[in-house]
Amino acid sequence: MEKLLGEFSFGLFIWQTFIVVGLLLLLRKFAWNPILNAINDREEGIRSALQSAEDARAEMQNLQADNERILKEARAERDGLLKEARKIKQKMIDDAKDEAKTQAAQIMTQAQAAIETEKQAAVAELKQQVASISIEIAEKVTKETLADDKKQSKLVKKLLKDVNL
Amino acid sequence: MKKKQYISAILLVFSSLFALATDGTIKDEKKSGDLKSEIKAYIRHHLEDTHDFSIGSYTTDEGKKKHIGFSLPVILWDDGLVTFFSGKLKHGKAVHKVGSKYYKLYHGKIYRTDADGTISYDPNKKVTNDKPLDLSMTKSVVTMLFTAALMFFLFRSLANSYKTNGSIAAGVGRFFEPVVLYIRDDIAIPNIGESHYRKYMSYLLTIFFFIWFLNILGLSPLGINVTGNIAVTFGLALLTFLITNLTANKNYWAHIFWMPGVPVLMKIVLAPIELLGVIIKPFSLLIRLYANIQAGHIVLMSLIGLMFIFNNWLGSSLSFVLAFAISIIEVLVALLQAYIFTMLSALYFGFAVEEHEEAH
Repeated sequence: MEKLLGEFSFGLFIWQTFIVVGLLLLLRKFAWNPILNAINDREEGIRSALQSAEDARAEMQNLQADNERILKEARAERDGLLKEARKIKQKMIDDAKDEAKTQAAQIMTQAQAAIETEKQAAVAELKQQVASISIEIAEKVTKETLADDKKQSKLVKKLLKDVNL
Repeated sequence: MKKKQYISAILLVFSSLFALATDGTIKDEKKSGDLKSEIKAYIRHHLEDTHDFSIGSYTTDEGKKKHIGFSLPVILWDDGLVTFFSGKLKHGKAVHKVGSKYYKLYHGKIYRTDADGTISYDPNKKVTNDKPLDLSMTKSVVTMLFTAALMFFLFRSLANSYKTNGSIAAGVGRFFEPVVLYIRDDIAIPNIGESHYRKYMSYLLTIFFFIWFLNILGLSPLGINVTGNIAVTFGLALLTFLITNLTANKNYWAHIFWMPGVPVLMKIVLAPIELLGVIIKPFSLLIRLYANIQAGHIVLMSLIGLMFIFNNWLGSSLSFVLAFAISIIEVLVALLQAYIFTMLSALYFGFAVEEHEEAH
């Protein structure tokens, strides 16, 4: 211990303290504070940059979600429209079919009516002809009857044969 | 280019060994029995602070010891300022006269003597000559000034590089920035706390790099031993002690003088123990750094000295390998001791500003 104290140099101690304190003050002003501030600022910058990147990412995600939603809505609307259109088309076809059917039926009835009229007319004419023919026959028969009964009937038969309806 | 640097580094390391080698071998030829004490004296001399910056010494063929190095200013306070260059003292071989006073260097210390340079002793072999207050710029002082200048240059350039390089360190600062960050994030903040660490950062960074650089310089072949000097470590520990106690809050003092949460009798018993702890804490700092660096230097130089004691292929190469291994470990120790000093200082600062929310 005595040797240790003997080694102790007061001058060196004074110099050392002086140098370290001086160095401390100088470095604090010219090195440590600028360095620590620069590092702090940089870290702050990095932190805020990361934060804003995170924010941007979240916003992006929001936007994407929005887009998706809008797209979905549009798709649903399109589907709705298509469905509507298909329905309308079907309805139009059905309507047309019904119309055609009624018209066809109407035409048919008209045709049938016309045919009936024609038929009636034909029958009437036929009746008329039959009547005139009968009258003719009757005329001829009457002419013949006077001579012979036989001949008369023969004539009727022959005339009847000749009648061409 | 890189290879060249390696070679020059190796040469530099060996040059110091050569300096020792020539010294040892020549002495060996002269009187071999004295080699051990010669090495012992050499190591002791190396561990001490000196008044001149000696890089090495050799002995000429005529047996005259020549020193390589340069003089440093001697500053004495002896009823007035006395200054001269240490070369005048001729390594203790000459008496230097200033005014009417004579000064002589004796075992690394400057004493006032008579014209013949007589050194007188008391019965305990202690020198009784007057010792003027020695404020010389010794080898250690010059080394510290160099380190301070180096640090100022390095960290000033790091600080400037942030301005010129867009908040990114450039050049050598790229190496030191992570160290600064490490001290902030792993030493200061965990020990002192987020709210108080900032005011201690300057001190922690300064002592860390100061001790580290001086430890590394101590491993250089220049034969510097600054952090292994008790006056230096005392100065550093004293600063830690002063900062701790001058910035301490009420809580810290309450825990020392009137420990909360224990019976009154215990409070009275604890107070002197705690008070002793206040002094022991920085004292352990100063002893730890001093002893570690001092021991490292002694071991390393003893192993190098062993090479000349063995003086054969096997023993000498073995001690060389050992010295080499220890050198590598010493590089680690240099960093470790700086780290421990800084770490413990931060821990003590942490005690001083600790806020106790709850009583315990």
